[in-house]
This record gives sequence, structure tokens and C-alpha cells, in this order.
Amino acid sequence: MSVTEREQRAFIAAAAADARVNVELETEGMTLNIGPQHPATHGTLRIIARLDGEQVVAAEPVMGYMHRGYEKLAEVRTYPQVTTLINRIDWLGSFANEVPFILAAEQLMEVEVPPRAAWIRTILFELSRLANIALFLGDMGVQLGALTPVFFAFRDREFVLNQIEAVTGGRFHPNFDRIGGLKDDLPKGWIEETRGVMVKMRTFCDELEDLLMGNEIFEARTRGVGVIPADIALSYGLSGANLRASGVDWDMRRDNPCGLVYDQLDWKVWTHPDGDSFARYWVRLQETREATYMVEQMLDGLPAGPVMAKVPVIIKVPAGEAYVATENPLGVMGYYVVSKGDLGPFRVKIRSASFNNISVTPWVMRGVYVPDVITILASLYFILGDIDR
Amino acid sequence: MSDTDVTDTDVSEPDAGDAAEADPRHIAAVATLADVLGEAMLDHHSQRGELWVRVHHDSWQRAGYALRDDLGCRWFDFLSAIDWLPSPFGRDMDAEQDWPTSGPPARDTTITHGVAGGETRLQIFARAAAVEGNPGGGNLAVTLKADLPNENPAIETWIPVYAGANWHEREAWEMFGIAFIGHPDLRHIYLPGEFEGHPLRKDFPLLARRVKPWPGLVDVEDMPSTDEPRS
Repeated sequence: MSVTEREQRAFIAAAAADARVNVELETEGMTLNIGPQHPATHGTLRIIARLDGEQVVAAEPVMGYMHRGYEKLAEVRTYPQVTTLINRIDWLGSFANEVPFILAAEQLMEVEVPPRAAWIRTILFELSRLANIALFLGDMGVQLGALTPVFFAFRDREFVLNQIEAVTGGRFHPNFDRIGGLKDDLPKGWIEETRGVMVKMRTFCDELEDLLMGNEIFEARTRGVGVIPADIALSYGLSGANLRASGVDWDMRRDNPCGLVYDQLDWKVWTHPDGDSFARYWVRLQETREATYMVEQMLDGLPAGPVMAKVPVIIKVPAGEAYVATENPLGVMGYYVVSKGDLGPFRVKIRSASFNNISVTPWVMRGVYVPDVITILASLYFILGDIDR
Repeated sequence: MSDTDVTDTDVSEPDAGDAAEADPRHIAAVATLADVLGEAMLDHHSQRGELWVRVHHDSWQRAGYALRDDLGCRWFDFLSAIDWLPSPFGRDMDAEQDWPTSGPPARDTTITHGVAGGETRLQIFARAAAVEGNPGGGNLAVTLKADLPNENPAIETWIPVYAGANWHEREAWEMFGIAFIGHPDLRHIYLPGEFEGHPLRKDFPLLARRVKPWPGLVDVEDMPSTDEPRS
């Protein structure tokens, strides 16, 4: 379905709702409350949809059920303590949350991390991506009524979580990144195990491709559903795979690696011109496979040396402002850190990916049918902690 | 806590700020903005590849259009605000019990601003970036700042410029009490509708810290008695 056709349909739906009569059928307007507790909403996102028959006239997400006030809490904590908080923002890819904050603090302190620390950081960053997106790949299936993919996803994500746990000691909240490097080095035998896991993850991608791509129901429910053209995606600040699925060739990993080692790897940024739910799924599937190759390259090229730079015991960050954003599993995540030379930040603005990604839903859900609401939410892929912070 | 703990801070690029000052993209961007905005462009700062431009709050929307159309920064990143007032409760917001005899120390409440300067207490800032055309880096990203009046802070909305500013402005309105002129839907986004106050303002106390002593400081809780029957 082209964009103009979609806009046309949205216009018809809006006009029909105003006249309280559908162009085809005599229908009544009603308000449907989806959530906050609903299996299709990953967490506690509530959507109030105004319907006309089976068409959505207006949809309004209601957030705040999980607002934890991290920006305020960060102001009364020291820099090393903040990582414990921000671990909980995107809880499926926790390690990736810590990295941009630590990088921002390192920029202000003008600390350079040893090469080995930067490489291990990037490896763990990509493992977080694998753990996070693997769940999306299965979850998208289950939201459309295919149960098998989600079992595969939970089964294979466990291998990645085991690898993260082996290094950091935490499956979900590693709290492993430190200003100046990492808490510890890799355990013995980890590199070989991880290679095996990467092969397993590629098999997982192939399995899902076999299961869903080309499946008639899957294609019918995702192709042309929730089309977001590139200019809309840009003005709403969409990022990550959602933006690349709208045909914008932009990836922070390639364009601004910011201290991570992506510029030393051989990899490709995947984009898709369609901008629909299928494109978003397809891009994430390709990125998962690409991430496994990236991890393998990094395991090959891992330099030797220390994993921690020399930093003061008590960390005081010089006064200044820094903004560092990285390409997290969910999209661009950035921390705007204002320091006044204290033990803790003066102000932290957390730019989380899902907040912007979900802000497009009132636009994209106008005129769609009720089952498509679920498809669109699933394909935009958000984590509630990443919206509410 | 003294500086003697500093063993060897690796100052790799002491001139990073100066080197970035000469970034030709930033010079061109500042020239374009100065051309469009004239007197309304107050200050700019360039450091570590980032560019900050401070504009007058009356020209906020015009600056947004210039950013999007003249500089090509079509990707909206975020919009938020900073309260530059140092917290009247101290940075740690310690409870009164934490200062049993001496009372809380005198606190300096002089306002000092960050990069690109500032004049008033509340400052709004937003960032947008160009994302197309330069695979491999080299795209421009600009952080705009504007000072807000101390009484009834209000500023034009950015929704016509970047549609994504809608929720960010609702958040800034809720957290800082900044009114956005022309915003169609200014209501609470995170907090319940009856909530009073603006939590991210520095004079809003973090009550969890204020009402009970910091556990690491006054950790005198008795061990549970063994005589009591276990439930």
C-alpha cells in the first residue's frame, strides 16, 4: 500500500467518524482501551484507541506506569552509581545502556581506555544486541499468532545470556562497564564458547527466516502495514532499525562510533525501502546475522593488554557538557551529561530510543484496523523501561 | 577525595576543544545561523565534534526552521531543559537527621552556566542532526539552547518544525513547568494528572532522600531479637 493510499484511508476514517457513519457500513464510534496489562503490550503501555467499526480513528499511548525518575535520581548519585540505575532502562540489552553514559563521562574526563577494553566493550555491546533482538524476532511471530518463533527465541537467547553472564556475572544487569575500562577481563575459554554461540545464533536466524519469511499469513499481516515514510521517521526522531527500514542509510555504529571499534570491522548497514512492518522485521533479522559476524571478527582481532586505564580512585568529572549517543539495540540512545566538577552529574538527560520510536504511533495508527495495531506495536519494538525511564 | 588520589589521568588530547573550534562544518553552520537569525544568535561553542548554539527565546521556532531547512538537520534527536540553580538541598539532598548537631552546611546558590553561556535559571536545549548523504561520518549535529525568562517561562512550540517534539515538550512542561506556546496537547505524560510541582526543577526535593537518613550514614538499626517468636 502506498503512502497516499494510506493517507486517503485515514482521511476517510476521520471523516466517517465525524459524521458518525462509515462510508460502507453503519457503524458506531467507540473507545477501546488496550492495556496497560495486556499480553500484546510488552510491559505496561496503555493505548486508548478511538474506533469506528474496526478502523482506528485516533490512538493515544498513555505512558508513565513505569516512570522511575532516573534523571532526578542521577542528580544525587555519584558517577559509578549511575550505571546501576541506567542498567534498568532497556532491560533486555542492559550492557548497551551503560556504554554511552560511561563514554560521556570519559569524554569529560579525557580518559582514553586501553584498546582491549574498547574491543571487549564492543563485543559485549553486540552480544546485548543479539540477546535483545533475538527476543524481538520471536516475539513478532507470537504477536501475529505464530507460537513457535518465540520458543526458539527464548531457547537461543539463553546461549547469549550465558556468555554475558560468564563475563559479567549478571544475566540482565551486568553493571560491568567502568569509567576508564571494564571491571574485569574475559574468563578462560570464553572466546571459543562464544564462537560456538555465534554459529547457533546464525542457525536461529535461518530458522526464523524459514518459519516467517514467505509465510503467507506473516506477509499478509506485515506487508504494507504501518508504513512510515522517511521524512516522517526523521521528524519524529525514529532511530535504529525503524529508521533504516524507512530507507534512511544511517547507523551510529558506522557514522560516529564514539570510542567503540566498529570502524575497524568489515560489516554492512542494512536498509529497506518499504518502511512497513515487514521491512522493520527484515532489517532486524539481517542486523542480527550481521552482529554475529561482527562478534566473530572482534574475537579474532582482540588485542592484548590491560582492560582498565589509570583513573582516580574517587572519580570527579571536570565541569563541562558532553553528549554521547550510540546505536543501541532499540535505536539511538544518548546521554547528555552536565557536570559541575562534582562527584556526581549536575543533570543527565537520557535520550532513549523507544520514547521517540513510540511517539510516532498516533500518526501511524490513524486509519489502520485493530489487529494492525498489534502488528505496528510489535514491529516498532519498544521496551517500556526505555520509554518511561 | 583530594587531588592527590589522581595517579595519572591520561590527558591525550588537551587541545581537543581548540581543534574542534576550527571544524569547517561548524564554522559554516554558525555563519548560516548568524545570517538567518542575526542578533538573535547569542553565542556558540564547539568542542569534541559537537556544536552548541545559543539563541534568543523569541527566535526559538525560527532557529528550528533554520536548523532543519538551511542546515539540513532533519533528524530530531531530543528536547529538554536544564535548571541551572544549584540544589538548595545540597547535591546529596541529605535528610535533616544527617546533620544532627551542626545543621546543614552553607550552600552556594550562585548560578553558573555551561557551554555557550546563559543568562537565566532555566534553559531549554534541543538537538537535531543531519543523517543523510554522508555514510561514514561527517554529518552535522547541532544542539540549540535558549534562556527562558524566570517568571512564567514560555517558548514557542517546535511541533511544526519537528513533529517528534510533541512528547518531548510535554515532558519538559511537566518536569520543568515550561509552557509551549502553540502546543495543542499540553498535559501530563508520566505523572498522574493531579500531580503538583515540577520534579526536575532543582528546588523540588527528592522526598525519598529528605525524609529518612541515608542508610550508609546512620546505620544503627538493631538486629532482630531472638526472643521474639518467629512468624
